[in-house]
Amino acid sequence: MNALRELWQSLTDSLEKLGSVIQFLLRLTANSPRALTRFDLISQQIFNCGALSLVIIMLSGLFVGMVLGLQGYDLLQRFGSEEALGEAAAIGLVKELGPVVTALLFAGRAGTALASELGLMRATDQISAMEMMAVDPIQRVVVPRFLGGVIAMPLLAAIFSVIGIYGAQLVGVQIMGVDAGSFWSQMRASVTLADVNEGIVKSLIFGVACSLIAVYQGYYATPTAEGVGRATTYTVVTSAVVILFLDYLITAAFL
Amino acid sequence: MNQASPIVEIRKLDYAVSNRPIFVGLDIEIQRGLITAVMGPSGTGKTTLLRLITGQVQADSGSIEVAGENLRALSRAKLYVLRRRMGMLFQNGALLTDLSVFENVAFPLREHTNLEERLIRQLVLTKLQAVGLRGAAEMMPAELSGGMSRRVALARAIVMDPELLIYDEPFVGLDPISLGVILRLIRRLNDTLGITSIVVSHDVKEISSVADQVFLLSGGKVVAHGTPPELKSYPSETVKQFMGGLADGPVPFHFPAPDYFGELLSRSGEP
Repeated sequence: MNALRELWQSLTDSLEKLGSVIQFLLRLTANSPRALTRFDLISQQIFNCGALSLVIIMLSGLFVGMVLGLQGYDLLQRFGSEEALGEAAAIGLVKELGPVVTALLFAGRAGTALASELGLMRATDQISAMEMMAVDPIQRVVVPRFLGGVIAMPLLAAIFSVIGIYGAQLVGVQIMGVDAGSFWSQMRASVTLADVNEGIVKSLIFGVACSLIAVYQGYYATPTAEGVGRATTYTVVTSAVVILFLDYLITAAFL
Repeated sequence: MNQASPIVEIRKLDYAVSNRPIFVGLDIEIQRGLITAVMGPSGTGKTTLLRLITGQVQADSGSIEVAGENLRALSRAKLYVLRRRMGMLFQNGALLTDLSVFENVAFPLREHTNLEERLIRQLVLTKLQAVGLRGAAEMMPAELSGGMSRRVALARAIVMDPELLIYDEPFVGLDPISLGVILRLIRRLNDTLGITSIVVSHDVKEISSVADQVFLLSGGKVVAHGTPPELKSYPSETVKQFMGGLADGPVPFHFPAPDYFGELLSRSGEP
């Protein structure tokens, strides 16, 4: 009986949490139009989340692309169709690996930074100080960070895919000897706008999810060292699970 | 609003945190133009009182009027308008760590006004000069000492020319020089700007030297009220213990615990 009660309790707890996250999202959305009038604050956050994540995104993109080139070549040459490597790598990157891996890296790099920054602002009374200066912290601090993350994610995913395709080409064409002409022409012939759109939609939704989780965890962090630590951990763990779950849903919806 | 009416009027205030009563029927009147100290032992809810006065938390019952406005009846937007007339100094300064000293002081101006850059610069430098830190304008908060942070926060609190300035434990952790500076600033700002100051603290000596009137809180009520000399000769054990810093008295030295010898002689974990 006790186990059942505990199960029920944790179920209602998580539903309650989900409800408050959605409520927070609605609050952010309602505040977004006004925040957009001060784009300098948002562009600062695009720089923080986006530009500062570029190195890790580009490096990871290169290696993921190179592995894709190796594995793809190995698989395709068994069927004698290694010319399709360009097509396979591009579709894999644009539709799937680009958005997903970027989002996972984003959660680790930018998400944790957002959560700990907001958590520390609360712990050091900066949030209360803003409220006392009659400045709405949601409007001034949280929404620009949220929107910055939402805008940065598709840009990062696009860069990831481009570098990844270059990495696949580097290994497939330059090292394994796939014909460069068929690598690029097959890619151009078979990757459609719908594939690219799927990637963009995915990374936009991941951008909303990751940024929302990070700012929620940070804004409502317990204002202690332990609380801020917990908020950053939850940010990464929750983001990773949510990204993979949403990825399945979106992929299924696009098929 | 005439000069004689109180700027803060608290009537029959009840407030509890998770069923533990903090205030029971609290009555306080804070007069305009004076420096009012709110004192009391740790845990009596001094900071909570500030949060109630500034509308950060809502009372369970009773009324709080600030500058003629009943806080309970105020919408969020109206509360924000009222807060522009108050300045608050947080215990650790609460400077925005990603902005320089200059930008911290300019922050309320940039958020609430459309003043020209030249004018903002003048206002900010004037306020920084008043706290003696014009030379630190380009420094970042992380480079400041505790006393300096508090002075910058004070400059930020007065940049919108508030009517009411609230200090939360302004003397905690300061060296004697910084302490003297803050004490002088509290007096000088209050008198030269013609504002009202509320200082929450438990430093009897410091407060006695600067406050015009003192409210001593204990057990959720005001136990004594008057000028600092009046409080020193107040005929109450609680007041005597607090003002004299005595270890034992109505506030016992020992936290409530089971019988001492009984607990020592019992086996571990068993009562």
